[in-house]
Amino acid sequence: MHITSPVRTPLVTGGKTYADVTEDICRHVEGKPTKEWKVAFTISLLVLLYGAACVAWTWWEGLGVWGLNKTVGWAWDITNFVWWVGIGHAGTLISAVLLLFRQKWRTSINRAAEAMTIFAVLCAASFIVMHMGRPWLAYWALPLPNTFGSLWVNFNSPLVWDVFAISTYFSVSCLFWFVGLVPDLATIRDRAKNKVSKYIYGALSLGWNGSAKAWARYEYISLILAGLSTPLVLSVHTIVSMDFATSVIPGWHTTIFPPYFVAGAIFSGFAMVQTLMLVTRVVYKLEDYITLEHIESMNKIITLTGSIVGVAYLTEFFIAWYSGVEYETYAFVNRATGPYWWAYWAMMTCNVISPQLFWSRSIRRSVKWTFFISIIVNIGMWFERFVIIVTSLHRDYIPSSWAMFSPTMFDIGDYIFSFGFFFTCFFLFSKYLPVINMAEVKAIVKSSSEKLPKKVSGVAKGERVSAPTFNKDAQ
Amino acid sequence: MSAHHHEAVSVEEQFEFTSESKRQLAIGFGIGVVLVLIGAYLLANGGGGHEAAHGAAAHGAEHAHGAAGHHEYKWTTRLWANLWTNSIYFTGISVIGMFFICYNYLAQAGWSVVFKRIPEAMPAFLPVTGLLMLLTFFVAGHDMFHWTQEGITDPKSANYDAIIAGKSAFLNTPFYIIRLVIYFTLWYGLWRVLRSFSLKEDLEGGTEYYEKSIKFGVAFLVVFAITSSTAAWDFVMSIDTHWFSTMFGWYTLASWHVAGLAVMTLTVVTLKERGYLQAVNESHLHDLGKFCFAFTVFWTYVWFAQFLLIYYANLPEEAIYYRERFSGYGGIFKGPFFINIILNFFVPFLVLMTRDAKRTTRVLKVACWSIIVGHYFDFWNNVMPGTVGEHAGFGPVEFGFILMFATAFIWSVSTQLTKANLIPRNHPMLEESLHHDIA
Repeated sequence: MHITSPVRTPLVTGGKTYADVTEDICRHVEGKPTKEWKVAFTISLLVLLYGAACVAWTWWEGLGVWGLNKTVGWAWDITNFVWWVGIGHAGTLISAVLLLFRQKWRTSINRAAEAMTIFAVLCAASFIVMHMGRPWLAYWALPLPNTFGSLWVNFNSPLVWDVFAISTYFSVSCLFWFVGLVPDLATIRDRAKNKVSKYIYGALSLGWNGSAKAWARYEYISLILAGLSTPLVLSVHTIVSMDFATSVIPGWHTTIFPPYFVAGAIFSGFAMVQTLMLVTRVVYKLEDYITLEHIESMNKIITLTGSIVGVAYLTEFFIAWYSGVEYETYAFVNRATGPYWWAYWAMMTCNVISPQLFWSRSIRRSVKWTFFISIIVNIGMWFERFVIIVTSLHRDYIPSSWAMFSPTMFDIGDYIFSFGFFFTCFFLFSKYLPVINMAEVKAIVKSSSEKLPKKVSGVAKGERVSAPTFNKDAQ
Repeated sequence: MSAHHHEAVSVEEQFEFTSESKRQLAIGFGIGVVLVLIGAYLLANGGGGHEAAHGAAAHGAEHAHGAAGHHEYKWTTRLWANLWTNSIYFTGISVIGMFFICYNYLAQAGWSVVFKRIPEAMPAFLPVTGLLMLLTFFVAGHDMFHWTQEGITDPKSANYDAIIAGKSAFLNTPFYIIRLVIYFTLWYGLWRVLRSFSLKEDLEGGTEYYEKSIKFGVAFLVVFAITSSTAAWDFVMSIDTHWFSTMFGWYTLASWHVAGLAVMTLTVVTLKERGYLQAVNESHLHDLGKFCFAFTVFWTYVWFAQFLLIYYANLPEEAIYYRERFSGYGGIFKGPFFINIILNFFVPFLVLMTRDAKRTTRVLKVACWSIIVGHYFDFWNNVMPGTVGEHAGFGPVEFGFILMFATAFIWSVSTQLTKANLIPRNHPMLEESLHHDIA
């Protein structure tokens, strides 16, 4: 018997029954696409098309279409890559780490956060492939036996570690996400009204029959995957940070980078989850599942990780002075007061100062403020990577090599591509798959509802269940 | 499913600090004193250390900038360095008790309430270590901290060191002492506040003290977020004055944290074996084991990231730190360097891997002892090269000081445990904790 202390705040409001949960969430998968959805999807598709044209031109013409020069050899490409990878951390953090910590509030946000993770990692990977210039040779990054003589990847290079870390992370995240979907897909299969959806959702639900044994295995594999994903989620941004920190470039080579990058990644990931969930919650009318408690908890994590990042910024700055190394000190003073001061102060304001507003309870429970700050944080985290990459590079060791970076329309267009791709994927997901994990929300209805209905199972509504068209022959 | 034993357990438990325990602790402390005296006698007469290392000192050319190279070595420095090492180690363990309670309040954790009095008892030792550190700094600061040397910031002096002079805005005696006092005042003061809420809650009940504890707990976390890093720079990193690493603050915090968790776990297990804390079930032990396991991995992660980045970039001003510990001073720190990794990573990682291991008190004890001993080595290895260099070693002095600190710490915790009911009977999350069942 589990007991829930009365001081805990409820996580499901509106006196939902199990049947209500099914109905509220399946509704969006089963219904026809709404007009709003069609408009939003069309817009993101158009953005994707424009971006794809820019990417195609980048590949056709070569990386010369970007604003890179011989001093600043990495700029928006790697900034965007790190930014997207960072965003891709929250999904696994919510599903894995919060599962290990038995945080019940994860149940209504984990599905969408994991989907977001997968799309964000794909966006990140697109920049890796883009900046290779010759994407058809991307497989050279893999240690494949080859016929080119002794050509082999450089295992000493953190860029190769990246390939392993991110591909492993992507695989495990997909697996975790899919396993979590299986019971819900089976619910949709059982309610399906036409042969096509019954076939598709049926195939995807892998013959799930809801038996006690199936549930036991589900819980078991969830724990195992959570245990595997937790070190993985740390390893990904650790290795991304090592792309910089193993070098000897002032501003890049600093030992705090691995945990500081991980904290920053969780920070930006949660901000992106907030942005997406706040919209989904309103459009799909899911206020009873994604409550203010959820929003507040996520805001607390944003404040925590934002403050960790803040401590890291100050530590870096302090140690740059303390070290007495002239290059280090210059790199940091130049960040704050040099020609890129605006980027540095944008980063400081957005990442360190803005989340401190959440110390106020009314701000962290305000949907508008939360939405606003979540956007601000994502802007700030983009600037953080830009500051690290570009300001460290633009002052080379020889002043005659000093340079500035200005983006071209292809730097911008290729970034826009990733937004088009991300939102196209996310809209497809939100239409064709349940955005909330019904099975896991049902698991907390009894312990965490604001008020329990008399009969918690409820009565299934609608003809889908009373007169199923196709699921009779299944027996 | 052995965990399903939910018969009503009593929450009324009074810990008794028996005269037998007191006698044993006093004897242990006495043995420690005797060992230190014997060791001091041996050191004063030029024995007891790893004197063979002198012959190999020529190999240690890399450490020409080490503190030992600059001034005459006194045998008493080894005593003070031991006092310092143990003080920072036990400061860490004590303050982690407070850290644990505070993040549990912030995270609204319920499961840990039943053994909350154990972490709550730990910070009471802070004044002892704080005063010892002040004493050590006043008496032997000049022998241990290179930056306190006379004339080191004076360009005309023979002792002048331009790099250290550049740090003097931070590393100067008045500011250092102010910081040290601030750390201990804030840590201990906030603990006193939380402790008084906790004791009042026991008597009065209600949720008022719970709400207040969250607020003050968060205040402590904010304080500790900054002071844990700066304290690590002050207490440990400033010994190797030229050296710097941005990771060092979090690395020391990770070391303190896992050591504190191991002490908590070991205390809970020991109390349970002596018939106390019967409400602590296998699920609690399992979760404590997970904490030890997870933060063992976290410490290793931080340790390895710092090492790898310095090794990889191989900048002389950074790599010297590991050079000194690996091949400097005749290689005497190489053994402890590896013992550190074995005891702090391999043993707890492998021992605590399985589910059943974390539910078995004997296995937990093995892992906790490994962590506790291992992190002593961690601090020993960070303090000794910069303070006593080739004069470091393991002799009666080391074992004596460990014994004195350990017995005094146990005494302090035991005394605190007698001051209240062993289970916080009116904590609003107590019912959750009593029914904690993760199967």
